Amino acid sequence: MTMKVGTRQVDGVAIVDCSGRITLGEGSVILRDTVRDLLSKGNKKILLNLADVNYIDSSGIGELVSAFTTTKNQGGELKLLKLTKKVNDLLQITKLYTVFDVKDDEAAAVKSFK
Amino acid sequence: MAMTEQRVSYTLDSTLDTVDSAEEKATRIATDLGFGDDEVMQISMAVREGAVNAVLHGNEYASDKKVTLAFERTDKELVITIRDQGKGMDLSKIPNPLAPENLLKTSGRGIFLMRSFMDVVEIRPSKTGTELKLIKHVHGPTAGDKEASQ
Repeated sequence: MTMKVGTRQVDGVAIVDCSGRITLGEGSVILRDTVRDLLSKGNKKILLNLADVNYIDSSGIGELVSAFTTTKNQGGELKLLKLTKKVNDLLQITKLYTVFDVKDDEAAAVKSFK
Repeated sequence: MAMTEQRVSYTLDSTLDTVDSAEEKATRIATDLGFGDDEVMQISMAVREGAVNAVLHGNEYASDKKVTLAFERTDKELVITIRDQGKGMDLSKIPNPLAPENLLKTSGRGIFLMRSFMDVVEIRPSKTGTELKLIKHVHGPTAGDKEASQ
């Protein structure tokens, strides 16, 4: 299953609903293009909903880090929402759980943006 | 494809399709051998990362260079070998991805993930390519069990 994304706005936060696999190639490119497009349009508050992401490889992890730093460097905030167990485990063993702000509840996540 | 009762090997092009194909083969073989769901995921991800290294960093997508992938089942373990025809990686230049200064790097986690998921990871670089050996013990401890026992 390839990566698919849908974008919606909730109270000034751009929520990116991701599904499928974030892996080397198409999946990583789609995520990168989506985040860059949001930033170019002035969206500084980005919430990546990963509830339906069932697989991510080291390239996908790298793309999440890139999205995080790119957003931060442009004065914005990028947070993660609803990690699957597999993705959660990967962020734990790579210690990236300490870097990302990870939320479980969408409404609370939206409110948490400054 | 060459195949014996206990060993199967493939010669693959240096393309992204090879990465997906290697992962699919690993998933199928590990499942057929009776590994549990978590172990199958670990094996398939380790093979995917190994294939990525071979295709991208080893052969650098060169059309005249091949990746060989072999699966061998012994009584006690599944041994997976991935060889490329690149210049050979410099192991001393592989950074620790868990070091604070490396946490926000966008690459450099592949070998770390392989080591997290497999029981044995051996990397043998040479001027004519790198050989990667990944070993998973049958009924062996999982990565989580290993961490818990430390």
